[in-house]
Amino acid sequence: MEDLGEIVGEFLMESHENLDQIDRDLVDLEQEPNSRDLISRIFRAIHTIKGTSGFLAFSRLETLAHAGESLLSRLRDGVQPVTPDTITTLLATIDGVRSLLAAIEQTGTEGDVDVDSIISSVHAQMQVEAAPAAEPAAAEPAGPADTEAPVPLAEAARSAPEPVEGQRKPLGQMLVEAGAAQPADVGSALQQQLEGDERKLGTILLEEGKAHPAAVNEALQQQQAPKRSVADQAIRVDVDLLDNLMNMVGELVLARNQLVRGVMETGDSGLVRSAQRLGMITSELQEGIMKTRMQPIEHIWSKLPRVIRDLSTSLGKQVQLVMQGKETELDRSLLEAVKDPLTHLVRNAVDHGIEDPDTRTASGKSPEGTLTLRAYHEGGHVAVEVADDGAGLNVERIAGKAVENGIIRAEQIAGMDRRDIMALVFQPGFSTATKVTNVSGRGVGMDVVKTNIERIGGTVSVDSTLGEGTVWRLTIPLTLAIIQALTVDCGDQRYVVPQVAVLELVFIDGQSTKIEYASGAPVYRLRGKLLPLVRLDRALGLEVGADQGVYIMVLQADGRRFGLVVDRVLNTEEVVVKALNSRFKDIGLYAGATILGDGKVGLILDVSSLARRSHLTADTERESHTGTSRASTGAGTGERLLVTAVGDRRVAIPLDTVTRLEEFPRDRIEHAGSREVVQYRGQILPLLRLSHLLGAYREEPEGDTVSVVVYSEGGRSVALVVDRIVDIAENSAIARRDAEEDGLVGTAVIQQRVTELLDVRRAILAADPNFYRDAETELLVEA
Amino acid sequence: MASRQFATFEVADQLFGVEVDTVQEVLSYNEYTPVPLAPPAVGGLFNLRGQVIAAVDLRVQLGLARQALKGPVMNVILRGDGEPVSLLVDRIGEVVDLDDDTFEPPPDTLSGPTRELVVGTFKLDGRLMLALDANQAVDTYRATT
Repeated sequence: MEDLGEIVGEFLMESHENLDQIDRDLVDLEQEPNSRDLISRIFRAIHTIKGTSGFLAFSRLETLAHAGESLLSRLRDGVQPVTPDTITTLLATIDGVRSLLAAIEQTGTEGDVDVDSIISSVHAQMQVEAAPAAEPAAAEPAGPADTEAPVPLAEAARSAPEPVEGQRKPLGQMLVEAGAAQPADVGSALQQQLEGDERKLGTILLEEGKAHPAAVNEALQQQQAPKRSVADQAIRVDVDLLDNLMNMVGELVLARNQLVRGVMETGDSGLVRSAQRLGMITSELQEGIMKTRMQPIEHIWSKLPRVIRDLSTSLGKQVQLVMQGKETELDRSLLEAVKDPLTHLVRNAVDHGIEDPDTRTASGKSPEGTLTLRAYHEGGHVAVEVADDGAGLNVERIAGKAVENGIIRAEQIAGMDRRDIMALVFQPGFSTATKVTNVSGRGVGMDVVKTNIERIGGTVSVDSTLGEGTVWRLTIPLTLAIIQALTVDCGDQRYVVPQVAVLELVFIDGQSTKIEYASGAPVYRLRGKLLPLVRLDRALGLEVGADQGVYIMVLQADGRRFGLVVDRVLNTEEVVVKALNSRFKDIGLYAGATILGDGKVGLILDVSSLARRSHLTADTERESHTGTSRASTGAGTGERLLVTAVGDRRVAIPLDTVTRLEEFPRDRIEHAGSREVVQYRGQILPLLRLSHLLGAYREEPEGDTVSVVVYSEGGRSVALVVDRIVDIAENSAIARRDAEEDGLVGTAVIQQRVTELLDVRRAILAADPNFYRDAETELLVEA
Repeated sequence: MASRQFATFEVADQLFGVEVDTVQEVLSYNEYTPVPLAPPAVGGLFNLRGQVIAAVDLRVQLGLARQALKGPVMNVILRGDGEPVSLLVDRIGEVVDLDDDTFEPPPDTLSGPTRELVVGTFKLDGRLMLALDANQAVDTYRATT
């Protein structure tokens, strides 16, 4: 009985794999109905299931598989054409087989899965097509009780193509077929062998110059290859065993490191060589074990074409699926965990994202919607995107719905940006679908997606442009993988930063390179652009160190760029990422842990979450990805703006003209003639109130300090007084108007508010008429 | 007479014990990686044969000051729920066989953080051993103030 259990287990596993392949093939077959290859492949797979189920006495499964096989044989023989209906029937058959397998897996018997109705619909399919041929036998009605197959089992079995495997072709034949040798030469070589020449055929041909060495080599290799049958090439291995091996290899690496260190000290060159050799073997072994656990994401994507086909057909939509980066590899266990959330997002995109063909045509889009799946490595994570070119998310409606469902209060909305509002869809109990379908819209799902992804340490986000599409993005950690990483020191501890996130390193000597502060926020001028900085010591709640003799790591994550200030950058190392205990998940700053070369544990920093700590608004410095998925987030000019409040107006100043942001106590303002000035770093700094320049006279705001934007050039500085610094934003250049007012260069909509763009030069001249004088005279001299 | 085996250890001169089958191993280790921003009861992380183990400072759990992690510190590594967790203790004691009739519930006068960790008291010769609830003892999100 034990043995039989094992056989059944193997049959189940094998059949599941076969069924997945059949699913894919059937969906493909619909696209190219005349592909005999596909039909034969499907036929073979079903035939295998039928054969084994017969052997294991699962009679209902056998009958069902047989019915599917009969229909397929008609398709294969061209008796009837492949139509969407036949595909649907065949898919239903496959589903029936699946439910039977599931029942067998759970109870060991076929249970009471209903196969009769499927079988009769398969027969109906065959009769529909057979009827015009006026075949009397096929015209009899097929009731549920009619499980008699139209094609006798034996016949079907006979018509199955015999697999031709493992046959070794003679070398001579291969060479002749490949055109690498003349038949006559091979013949004479064979004759020589018969006459007692003990050399091999290839050798004879080579030595007599009748064939090219490369061709012979290739033929020999081909000859070797088929010796392993398909079944011998792969074996099933328990994942636990791999985990065990992985841990042991980890220990081996540590032991090796210690050994190598000890051997180096002895200076014995023979030992050193052996140790190095051991080191290399260990690395290769480690890599090999690692690879065994990695699987391309294609593995879970492959089920999606079927999902999309079924869903779009039932909804009357047309959806084209594009997959990018399907070779991106993920650890097996993660892949498993991502499967369901991903399927949900895909279903949701087809159901709610992509509009029906009429609506699409009406809004000037192609009637066929595009769903793009994309996977790529980013910042020590794997990003998986589900993007559609559908209707997009309606921010107002989401906000309204969230208030209606009591998720947020109406007055909270004003303070939320677009992405915050969109993120509300991940709240439990949220649904904007006006009508509930059986696919989605019941308010369960998105929150489940979020919980599931967060459980494995990942994140979910959404970005959308109304009318243009939506991008759902899963960021999944590589819990078990080797990554290239930089080790850095901060305080007296060592941390690990995934190297993929690192763009460049800058050493801050405090002289030619220095950290500056914009209203308390540290920034660095990287090639003229301000780079927001995150101090690692501050982010970790440690004692904050000096601003000199430190390093800035320019990092990129989640499409944002920022600088991480660390004390020292040591070296790059390959590290094994280990999942961190769930008790540290809430901290959010660590992507995992690793064992460093000295055997100590090192924490791997989560670059994305550090990026979020850089307090940039989400749209700032978003690198726009190329490709179809990018629901164009208003392809900005890249110009970054400092948004300030002046009275009740919003005024934006190009950030790269800003030297620093300061606050001055009101009582430090002095008067020089009609001008207001402050003493600042040994200079007299002229102040200009933007409210005066722009004619926005109003009551002075309360407070003992004034916020100023300092602008310096060629040793001169001026300070522009604003009421408040609001934000840093990217100029999206949408709805931009040229100015009619003095002191402004134009008006733009930034963060959904009308914002005036300051004419900086004009403002500076108003503050200090002599500001540009020196520079201009120099220009004149040069001219 | 039913009896149970306990692995015993000392923290701040008090003898504690956990049931022996919850213990994976006991070892001394001297390099811990602190985890900034983690709950105070987390002493640090260390490398147990390639596995990253979190060490929970039992002193903090008992409402005492943190263990100074300088030099070797004894770890009682518990199997834990799914993954091993370590308890940092002062000294390791013996494994003792205790009859159930030496057991009493914690005294009513016992209060504070210790009370929540202790399931009972065993009367040994000349001293008392407090039996710890292993799950509570490693729960670093327990309020310890």
